[in-house]
Amino acid sequence: MNALSQPAKWERFFWPVVATGLLLALWYYSVRWTGTKVFPSPREVEKGLAELLRHHVLWNDIIDSLRRVAVGFGLAVLVGIPLGLTLGWYPAANQVVNPTMQILRPISPIAWIPVAIIFFGVGDNAAIFLIFLGAFFPIVVACINGVANVPSVYRRAGRNFGLTPPQLLGRVLFPAALPQILVGLRIALGIAWLVVVAAEMIAVDSGLGFLIIDSRNSGKRYDLVVAAILLIGAIGLILDVAFRRLETLRSVRWGFRHES
Amino acid sequence: MSSMQPIAAPLPFTLKTKLSVDRVSMVFERDGNRTEVLNNINLEVGDGEFVCLLGPSGCGKTTLLNAMAGFLSPTSGEIKVDGEAVRRPNPRRIFVFQERGVFPWLTVEGNIGFGLSKVTKAEREQRIAYYVKMVGLQGFEKTYPQELSGGMKQRLEVARALAVNPDMLLLDEPFGALDSITRLVMRGELLRIWEAERKTVIFVTHDIDEAVQLADRVVVMSARPASIRQIVNIDIAHPRDISAPRYLELRDGIFQQIGLAHKV
Repeated sequence: MNALSQPAKWERFFWPVVATGLLLALWYYSVRWTGTKVFPSPREVEKGLAELLRHHVLWNDIIDSLRRVAVGFGLAVLVGIPLGLTLGWYPAANQVVNPTMQILRPISPIAWIPVAIIFFGVGDNAAIFLIFLGAFFPIVVACINGVANVPSVYRRAGRNFGLTPPQLLGRVLFPAALPQILVGLRIALGIAWLVVVAAEMIAVDSGLGFLIIDSRNSGKRYDLVVAAILLIGAIGLILDVAFRRLETLRSVRWGFRHES
Repeated sequence: MSSMQPIAAPLPFTLKTKLSVDRVSMVFERDGNRTEVLNNINLEVGDGEFVCLLGPSGCGKTTLLNAMAGFLSPTSGEIKVDGEAVRRPNPRRIFVFQERGVFPWLTVEGNIGFGLSKVTKAEREQRIAYYVKMVGLQGFEKTYPQELSGGMKQRLEVARALAVNPDMLLLDEPFGALDSITRLVMRGELLRIWEAERKTVIFVTHDIDEAVQLADRVVVMSARPASIRQIVNIDIAHPRDISAPRYLELRDGIFQQIGLAHKV
């Protein structure tokens, strides 16, 4: 087999499974050899997961986390896309807002937790606010860059066909920038999923983040902590994979490189 | 050589003036640098005429075309279409870019119908079908440009332009990115379409053969700042025999004018 040939189909599944198996084995034997009483083995984590499922708490936590992400991310999309498109459209306005945004952008949403609690109290809204903050900036920035990078041929062609400025925005600039906007949305969704866990550890009493902190506090159930961690990873992956399917829509495919 | 008078050839007799360029000069200023791009251009183009603007790369012929389209305004002088000064782009005169100008997020149908939002749905569909056929893209109606060849994209862009029924087409080196065989085919296609629709065509090129094969008149431009060196009437009927003595005479005359005769 040379470096250029595609791996066979079974190999593409086989080797990742082997790697995962090896990691699980490493985990298992590390726990055994060190004789730790605190950190759980894979087997205990599996039991913990089954226990959570049996008591029907897990689904509620998953749904609560997903709901918060949906609302926070959705608001960021609703506010961020029109704002980003407008700022990309009027470079003068962008110059006014840009310095402020560049300062706010690198701040971790976690830093806003105390502020969120002052504004919204302990509860759903504080968590949603934090998710919104985390998702908002990548979306706005992707829209600004997306519109700014639209080749001038498209703008000129649009104007040539007699489009008014709002039509130009809707029929040329938005679809032309959409691939780049989708990339921004995907990054934002990933951040939203990171932030929800942190927010739930502090601001609310349900969700996967709360499950982690609650399992630790109520009896040091590290089997449940690790189970929740793995679950968070799996759901994050599913969200990302699902979102990437949007990139294969025919009207945006031109903007992405796909192996055929 | 009899055909190479050093004066601008007058408009061929009977044609009504469609476009007039009157003492147009253009100066760009950037970072304190003044670049003179166009220097006192005077030109009249008749209704239904096919005119090639020919000049070396970077000489300013595209700038002139952009000014004709209304994307740029001249620093001095005036461009008029049907006696009215050009101030902004207008669907009556459509600019055709190199193949990159088609919208990649729309299908062939979507691209051709792009400028047709004001007509009824039935007419829109009928016009799309008509121009799909005219440029030979039947069977590709639902295809996205990404999946089309360079020549097909270029034909698509011409179809999109024709669909809004403009009076003028302004083509900016439209076949420049195509391979030489496709380019020859496309020239034939463009002439066929022009003969069917009789639009006024302004065609920018740096290819001398292309200009002499296509145009009624070739406007030979100098290097920057561009001025008109000469306007050559190509008095050969279509289809043109590109090995005929008259063709070679006209072509060699232009080569000589540009200073490249027998150099290669």
